[in-house]
Amino acid sequence: MSVQAPRKQLKPLPYLLIFPTAVFVALFTAWPVLLSLYQSFFRQRMNIARFREPTFIGFGNYIDLFSDPYFIQTIKNTLNYILGTVPISIVLGFLFALLVNRKVRGIGFFRLAFFHPMVLPMVSAATIWMFFFTPDYGLFNTALGLLGYTGPQNWTGNPNLALLSVIIVAIWKNSGYYMIFYLAGLQNLPGDVYEAAALDGANGWQTLWQITFPLLRRTTVFISIVAFIDAFRTVDHIFVLTSGGPSRGSTVLLFELWQQRFEYQDIGASAAITVIFVVVLLAFTVTNFILSERKEA
Amino acid sequence: MTAPHPTPRAFLKKLAHWITNSLATFLAVLWSIPILWALVASFRPANDPMSRGDVWFSASVTTENYLHAWSLAPFGQYYINTILVVLMVLAVQLVTIVLAGFAFAHFDFLGKRGLFFFVLLQMIIPTAALLAPNFATIRWMGLFDTRLAIAIPYFGSAFGMFLMRQAFLEVPRDLVDAGIIDGCAWWQLILNVYLPPSVPSLVAFGLSSATWHWNEFIWPLVITNSDKSRPLTAGLVRFTQLGEIGARWTLLSAATLMVIAPLFITFLIFQRRFIRSFLHSGLK
Repeated sequence: MSVQAPRKQLKPLPYLLIFPTAVFVALFTAWPVLLSLYQSFFRQRMNIARFREPTFIGFGNYIDLFSDPYFIQTIKNTLNYILGTVPISIVLGFLFALLVNRKVRGIGFFRLAFFHPMVLPMVSAATIWMFFFTPDYGLFNTALGLLGYTGPQNWTGNPNLALLSVIIVAIWKNSGYYMIFYLAGLQNLPGDVYEAAALDGANGWQTLWQITFPLLRRTTVFISIVAFIDAFRTVDHIFVLTSGGPSRGSTVLLFELWQQRFEYQDIGASAAITVIFVVVLLAFTVTNFILSERKEA
Repeated sequence: MTAPHPTPRAFLKKLAHWITNSLATFLAVLWSIPILWALVASFRPANDPMSRGDVWFSASVTTENYLHAWSLAPFGQYYINTILVVLMVLAVQLVTIVLAGFAFAHFDFLGKRGLFFFVLLQMIIPTAALLAPNFATIRWMGLFDTRLAIAIPYFGSAFGMFLMRQAFLEVPRDLVDAGIIDGCAWWQLILNVYLPPSVPSLVAFGLSSATWHWNEFIWPLVITNSDKSRPLTAGLVRFTQLGEIGARWTLLSAATLMVIAPLFITFLIFQRRFIRSFLHSGLK
């Protein structure tokens, strides 16, 4: 092959190079979205003989979902899960980064302690936590007992506490991940700003909230996006700890999607939930994109 | 804090230092308890059940839990499945992302922007959200309950493509032009000019991809149905639900640690590389 002239051309080579990637994206990202959109307008339930063949019902699946108190409960749980995990994990990530960003001997141990849950499979983490939440002798209750806690002990079996227990596991697992982004941000901060602040007599606390935190705003925005998407797509610990229960107290969107498709065999409803899922993610990404464009303009 | 200090300012500084250290130590210990506890429990004799407060090492230490867990479920097969899936995904991804990243970085062609955004769709919509329709596709392809079925949706990676494109764009134009004048074919340009300085990006992507697929659960769960294809994560959850396991924490801890061990030990050895790769793979 002779000299490449890398200007606008209709040569086949670049298309051939992108072809493998594009095919897999088409097959496993674009096609499933279209298929779900189509299926969401049909009633099709594999476990009921007369509904096995798809019948067009328009928006029927969506109407059914939004008039189903269980689905409303799922949406509430999902919002609570996001509100419960995202802000606290981010604050802890920031705190960890501050604690680890010091020139002290053995600081590597602290970093390891905070970060290691990230590398564990969520199902393994949840299996370990299962013991912690055990009534009576579980470590979690024992520790809470020392602090004077006398409330319900069976965390994963209590409709009011089940969601909280999966939230706790998620916070434990993710905070260290967010720490490393803040750590990278802290290490890239300009030193002269701090010298100026010190000359002005600012104390450590003022420096932290009036200089460090605002300078890391972009990092915070970025971590929020990652955390939000992660909260949506991780349900592994729910499988291990609560199976969405009790009384659907810890069912979130993706778990309900799995349940509709693989337990209730309801193709139409699961397709509708997939579409809702995709719309939320697209709306979230587009909003972020527009907001960040506007700020940079 | 009774020793006399020369000035109140120095005293405050020392106090702040002390508080920071205590807080860091407290949180680090708190965060490490789960994994340390699992380690302790996995070496406790099974006939010495845990009770309130008594959760530390027993009088004797034993490996019987590991042997017993190994005999209760085909963990050897699960290991093979997980390792093959991870290697399969990595091998294909490394080729597809380098080729696509190169095409987007090096060439200008009709529809480039459109194709780029099309591929990026995969970064916006996580594969987990599409498990119902993808299940139908895999059934239709006749791949249900195979290792290939677990791996195939990840053969193209928008994120990897993006990472490689960024790395390739950093390569000085002069170097590329020199290669072109020397008469390099496109694949020689990739191998001799673009790839050498981009190896760190490739390693970073590889580590995070391997971690991700070692740990993945929900897709393998729905797409496998037998031990011949089931990976470690899905195998572990099945194991926890076995009738005879119940609340036998020593056994569960041993099984959990077996699932974690290979990746976790690799992580402990190459800690800095892992952290850098996670950092890299987050900073889009």
